[in-house]
Amino acid sequence: MKTANQFTRKLALAGAIAALGLMAVAEPALAQRDPAYSAARAAGQIGEKMDGYLGVVGAETGDLRRIVNDINIKRRAVYAQKAQENNATLEEYALSAGCQLILKTEPGEKYQAPDGSWQTRTNAAPQRDSRCP
Amino acid sequence: MKASELTVPCGNATHPAMIEQAGQGMMQRSGAGRAVCAVTMLALLGLGGCINVSAPDKPIVIELNINIRQEVIYRLAEDAANTIEENADIF
Repeated sequence: MKTANQFTRKLALAGAIAALGLMAVAEPALAQRDPAYSAARAAGQIGEKMDGYLGVVGAETGDLRRIVNDINIKRRAVYAQKAQENNATLEEYALSAGCQLILKTEPGEKYQAPDGSWQTRTNAAPQRDSRCP
Repeated sequence: MKASELTVPCGNATHPAMIEQAGQGMMQRSGAGRAVCAVTMLALLGLGGCINVSAPDKPIVIELNINIRQEVIYRLAEDAANTIEENADIF
């Protein structure tokens, strides 16, 4: 009876460890935008800048600034690491990402045109820096 | 001697070995070398009165953004695309 109980416990423990392992493996695929960020993006309150970072479009609120700053700090960390791996500067890598991020915006979302103005993405190709691929 | 020391053709010493090298250069400088130095200095002094360099009246602005070249952006494009996909939560 005692041995059976021990066996059950070990089985439960093994199951828990396996589940943790699966979660760790599956985590990158599960990573999605924060709902508040998604909503602000769709509403055109947050837009993609040319330099690879986010910007607040129109009236700035504390919440919008916090979302933008939080993501920009994370982006900067990723850009810095990848730039080093690719023997490029942080600005070069960020600009290269910015080119693609503007291209990836969906109709209705905001992006920054080369003249610095905020534009609403339509089905047409966005206005991008002449250096963008 | 002072004049020739001042015109030893070396950049600023940034390494102990360079200081040593510069020292040797001064010690080994021949009479001919000194003469060349003296002639160069005289020539420069002679020309000094003729060259006018005036500073621009507007500040020199260097746009750093221009230094990022298209070829670099092209090289990084593929990697940047992967990075954006791998970090979907912050893009």
